[in-house]
Amino acid sequence: MRWPAITALLALTLVACAAPGSASTEVPVYDTGIDAEAWARVPAGGFYQGQHDHAATIGADYEIMVTNVTNAQYAAFLNAALAAGKVTLTDDTVTGYYPGDPFRAYKHEVEIPAGEWALMPTEDPALRLTLDGTTFSAKPGYEDHPATMVSWFGAWAYCSFYDWRLPTDAEWEKAARGTDTRPYPWGDDIGAGHANFVDSRDPFEGRSETTPVGFYNGKTYDGYATLDAASPYGVYDLAGNVWEWTGDVRAGTHLRGLRGGSFANYAYNLRIWTVNNAEPQHSSPRVGFRCARDG
Amino acid sequence: MQSVRRHLADRFVFLFTATKGLVLVAIALISLTTAFMGTLSGPMQTWGVTDTVVEAFGLSLVPAEREGRIILLYHTIAMAVIAIEVYLITHSLPMKQREQTQINATVTVGYLLTLIFGLWFGYFTRNWAFHGLYLVGLSLIFFAGVQLAVALWPWRATYHITDTRRAHMGRVDLERVAFFVMAVATLGSAAFGGVAGSYYGNGFETFHAEDVVRDPVKTPLQLAIIGHLHIMLTLIAVALALLVGRWLGFGGLWQKLSMPLFIVGTIIITLGVWALVPYQPIAHTIIYVGSTVVLLGALFLVIYGFDKLIRDGLAAEGTTKATFGRKLGALVRDPLKFGALWQMVFMNFVVSFPGIFMAAKLEDIFRVWPLRQERLVLTGHWHILSGIVATIILLLYADLAGLKGWVRQLFGWIIIVFSDLAFGATLVFMIRRMFVTEYGEGPLVRTVTVVMDVGLGAVLLTLAALMVWRLIDLFGPRGRWRQELTEFTAEEVTL
Repeated sequence: MRWPAITALLALTLVACAAPGSASTEVPVYDTGIDAEAWARVPAGGFYQGQHDHAATIGADYEIMVTNVTNAQYAAFLNAALAAGKVTLTDDTVTGYYPGDPFRAYKHEVEIPAGEWALMPTEDPALRLTLDGTTFSAKPGYEDHPATMVSWFGAWAYCSFYDWRLPTDAEWEKAARGTDTRPYPWGDDIGAGHANFVDSRDPFEGRSETTPVGFYNGKTYDGYATLDAASPYGVYDLAGNVWEWTGDVRAGTHLRGLRGGSFANYAYNLRIWTVNNAEPQHSSPRVGFRCARDG
Repeated sequence: MQSVRRHLADRFVFLFTATKGLVLVAIALISLTTAFMGTLSGPMQTWGVTDTVVEAFGLSLVPAEREGRIILLYHTIAMAVIAIEVYLITHSLPMKQREQTQINATVTVGYLLTLIFGLWFGYFTRNWAFHGLYLVGLSLIFFAGVQLAVALWPWRATYHITDTRRAHMGRVDLERVAFFVMAVATLGSAAFGGVAGSYYGNGFETFHAEDVVRDPVKTPLQLAIIGHLHIMLTLIAVALALLVGRWLGFGGLWQKLSMPLFIVGTIIITLGVWALVPYQPIAHTIIYVGSTVVLLGALFLVIYGFDKLIRDGLAAEGTTKATFGRKLGALVRDPLKFGALWQMVFMNFVVSFPGIFMAAKLEDIFRVWPLRQERLVLTGHWHILSGIVATIILLLYADLAGLKGWVRQLFGWIIIVFSDLAFGATLVFMIRRMFVTEYGEGPLVRTVTVVMDVGLGAVLLTLAALMVWRLIDLFGPRGRWRQELTEFTAEEVTL
């Protein structure tokens, strides 16, 4: 009699733990006060790159978006690109042309030839955009959240459409780190109010999981106090919230860089030098991007 | 005062000279280290435990040094495990008492220096003298390994065997050859990592293998480190399988078939790993061949062991003709011995088969995922293997410690059932992207996390209970420790 009771209790516990925790669609809406259209200027010159602080140099000034591209911005891009015939809408995907990568047939390298590639799925439940005929719009409450479920091709297409580009790994890292050896964009330590990660305990946990861009700027939202987590150049969200695609196409691999960590990661993944990568076709609710342009 | 000193001296002699005392100290130190370090990661961070521990103990956790700290931690725990295996080898294989004493003493000082100063340097203060002492510890363990290889030399006439029921070539004991080959392979493989390690700070930088797995070009020193960590864990597992064989009295036809496989397989795997630097393209193939041969040797050990447990179990019941159910009952009668063999079988389901599947489907499944997801599979893979090695050592030690009756049953079954639950859940956690998307993974992740936590928690609590029992026992003047000290002198002087 005792064993069935214990088994039932254990099963009940597991079922309780397994109950979906993100069923709520009520996403709190806050004005972060950070302009998602703003750019930050990063001067040319030296900086320390990687975990082991290698001296590196960027030869020219450049600008980088202060925040990730938002759902509202990406929806506007898709509508404009559709109207301009730059992207195509198929049954469940938005596709666009990519001119292909040089292919060297290294071990594990997959050829990325020129052609139409998926920028974003249109039917995925994780998508924060809606499609009404041929018009995209952000789901209510998600307008200022980072655009996710965008493949590397989708990020590349967005930046290219406006004559911008994805930041290189070096550009992304300098924008995050400045000219010292800090491990996080804001400094040496990480706490709950610095960024959206596993331990942030933010008001979006169990709901949207992502936070609006520029959320961690020192403001307090309904009692949740954030710290100003801008990088030395005033760039937000370079650690946590969503991984960010970078633009490097490296010799011998088709994989593309992802930087910064996401809401689903522990703090060590948010260190500036942490590397991640994925196929350029990969789209995920944990991946977003921002653009750069020549200064 | 004099009596207190004598009491302390008696305990010291037990803990640092008797095999069971030495093993107990090493297990206790691993347990303490694991418990302490467990407060610094995962949910402990979320619950705020990490911050409290960091403040209370004055830990220095510089973010840029995380990888280096973890490498130090792995080495400290691994050296204590190697020390345990050395104690058990010097205890269970015939050798001169002088050799046994010297080897045990050297490896003990070595792993204690490694553990104390490695952790101190890594987690408390950046004093390079401590790093030097950590390296002295590693060097002493290497030296103990050299002494062990010399002591194991199987062609010495004293160690020739005449028992034809045991694997032999001429009069040379092939089981001893297997131990010898394992010891020599371990020394070479330690040097393989040591050479690369000597370049740290001199043009070579700290890295974790799982972080560079997708780099199209790896340096020779990176390849050496990657090979080193794989072969060392493999050789720890080989040594443990051989020790389980000694524990169960492995002999007869299965042993005659098994020992050559262990010897040849160990040599092939080791050469395959060493070939990783100059001949990377074919190294994996060589390693697969060697692994298959060793696994076959281990399979024969399991077949022998299961058969022996059934026979012994039925004999104890006085049954001559038994049904399948009775045989099954006899097989699981002793959870400690059954568990050690079962864990070897279970290892295939959660380590070997998933590893083979991953290699076969790398391009189609695992390389399609983001690196951090593939990284989870890689780290989970060897954490499970290390965990299985640890549970087998615990089961073996519990038998050495003389657990009997219901305590033996309870201890054994908790270790088997809950560790396997945790390992199974870990496997699901690792490869979950095959079943669920990132968007829909929440319920699955929460469920397997609870199962992992419950499983590991139960195992650690059981281990803690064993350690507390042994600690309390040390306070008694005529506790088990006294008996085990006597066993030591009676048993080992005669070897």
